[in-house]
Amino acid sequence: MNFESIRIALQGIIANRLRSALTMLGILIGVASVIVLVAVGSGSAAASRKRLEGLGSNTLTVSTGGGGNRGQTQTRRVTIDDNDVKALRDPSQAADLSAVVPLVNAQNVIASLNGANATPATFYGTSVDFSSVRNYPVSSGSFFSQDDEINASKVAVVGATFAKNLLGEGVDTATLVDQQVKFANGVFTVIGIFKPKGSNGAQDQDDIVVAPISTVRKLLAGSSNRVDQLVVQAASRSVTDAAQAEVTAVLMSRHTGSTTSSFRVLNQASLLQTQDANNKTFTVLLGAVAAISLLVGGIGVMNIMLVTVTERTREIGIRKAIGARKSHILTQFLVEAVLLSVLGGLLGVGVGLFGSRFTIVGVKPVVETYSIVLAFGVAVVVGLFFGIYPANRAASLKPIDALRYE
Amino acid sequence: MTNRAAAALTVPIEADRAVIIVKNAVKTYGQGDIEVHALRGVSLVIERGDFVAIMGASGSGKSTLMNILGCLDMPTSGRYLLDGVDVSQLDDYDLATIRNHKIGFIFQSFNLVPRTSATSNVELPMVYANVPKVQRRARAAAALAAVGLSDRGHHLPSELSGGQQQRVAIARAIATNPAMILADEPTGALDSQSTEEVLGIFTRLNRAGRTIVVITHESEVAAYAKRVIRLRDGSIISDERNAPVDAERTYLPSVVS
Repeated sequence: MNFESIRIALQGIIANRLRSALTMLGILIGVASVIVLVAVGSGSAAASRKRLEGLGSNTLTVSTGGGGNRGQTQTRRVTIDDNDVKALRDPSQAADLSAVVPLVNAQNVIASLNGANATPATFYGTSVDFSSVRNYPVSSGSFFSQDDEINASKVAVVGATFAKNLLGEGVDTATLVDQQVKFANGVFTVIGIFKPKGSNGAQDQDDIVVAPISTVRKLLAGSSNRVDQLVVQAASRSVTDAAQAEVTAVLMSRHTGSTTSSFRVLNQASLLQTQDANNKTFTVLLGAVAAISLLVGGIGVMNIMLVTVTERTREIGIRKAIGARKSHILTQFLVEAVLLSVLGGLLGVGVGLFGSRFTIVGVKPVVETYSIVLAFGVAVVVGLFFGIYPANRAASLKPIDALRYE
Repeated sequence: MTNRAAAALTVPIEADRAVIIVKNAVKTYGQGDIEVHALRGVSLVIERGDFVAIMGASGSGKSTLMNILGCLDMPTSGRYLLDGVDVSQLDDYDLATIRNHKIGFIFQSFNLVPRTSATSNVELPMVYANVPKVQRRARAAAALAAVGLSDRGHHLPSELSGGQQQRVAIARAIATNPAMILADEPTGALDSQSTEEVLGIFTRLNRAGRTIVVITHESEVAAYAKRVIRLRDGSIISDERNAPVDAERTYLPSVVS
């Protein structure tokens, strides 16, 4: 009988092709939008996680008197220097730090090679652990050594975008290794190319040149021992908060008159957590909007089933007169409602998967298996739930009344 | 007629048992001032193998009687035994089974399920009776052959003439081998040629042993019956026998004027 019910229900669906298709469309859109929107949500979560992890794991970025403090005259401006770096590298003062990397910015450095010019977005003078702490591995050549830093060697490691800008399109960036490039006043030997990291969303991370801090001070940024920024690596993710406290404590004890707002310490881990929480909210919101459309689709199923029952009252009467029981009629209409939503749901999964293959508002969607299972499951339940009332109404019709219905 | 068709027409006959026993059936609609007495105490016994016409003008209560005989409605009081089963005691579930097993319905407006082939329509009561598919197919084919529509099995009701649709309905009614065929104005929507065909089939079925009850207001239809019962204002006013229950020849049009 179950097979018969499905056959009869299929006949009912096929008999009203357009109407069935439109009803399924409601479910289809609901299921597809749940899948696509959840995929967009988790895609953007994955992108921002990648962006933050690109900054290096377990790192804190320290700079002086940032953003909001600039207008406040009572906050004394302080500068970080090599002595601060030395103090932070002392384990007796800051036990939870595994690396301290100073950064010196050189602004607007024009590079030239064989008559071609390029200006990197970022030019850092830094120490030898920059590559590992900031997660900048080298793809060809090598990073500079401790000796280069001590001797102020005129060497530079460059990013792929900068190399491309300097060499022109179509030239293998690896050929820049061992070439002499003039940066402002000095001629540097390029000794390595960074592995491309892509955009972090705000800027191209590969438009960069890095040289030993001593060399940059001597040739480009002035020879003071000032440091623009510190990148501090915590020993592990669990101690990043402790590391942050230590950094603030050490810096405040070394700079009399400074307050907590004199230094800006950006904690990558807490940023990541905030971002994760935001993304979760974002995904839930998107999912909820989509779920509402699924609900609306379900109401569409109910509406159509009620119309179908009314339209087929006489047929129900005939079936009952020749011996159909209440359960037969109930099954027939319930199966029809569920079939509508199952077919709509399956098509919706297909459309959702297809739609998730495109980049949507700059986000590469990441399809979540749970969203497929959830959306399809909800579609079936919605069909069942919204099918019960019309089916029960059909099954409860008295044969004598149903037969008389015109 | 093929052997299969002949088999479909054969009914096991149990002698000495009435198919229908109605005792003092009363049907009242509404209450108080708007009370309408559709049946005012009808008693009736119909024997197996009989061909009965129930006649009456509209409002005579014949439709009410037909609904009660067909187990579509319950008498307000009185008893109704169909094939030995006291129907007035049954619930919806059992009534559906009774309708399925013991009654073959034929309606004025054919009442085939639309968009469903003739064969599927004939199979439908057997689907509800859980008859296995192979057996269902065979019995539906035999029933269609019995009404001369072997070659129309795959046609939809909308592709058949009125007479053909009514013959499909007859095939559906006999396919379950019911105790009684109950026809409500079966020729009311048919032209004279189709009417003759349908009544001819009734005669053949009755001759093969089937009990037939026809509700009609046309005396030409009643002329085919062996017994004519007339209703007026909810009571039986006459009950004539035109031929014995076991008569071979059932067509005696001269008896009814």
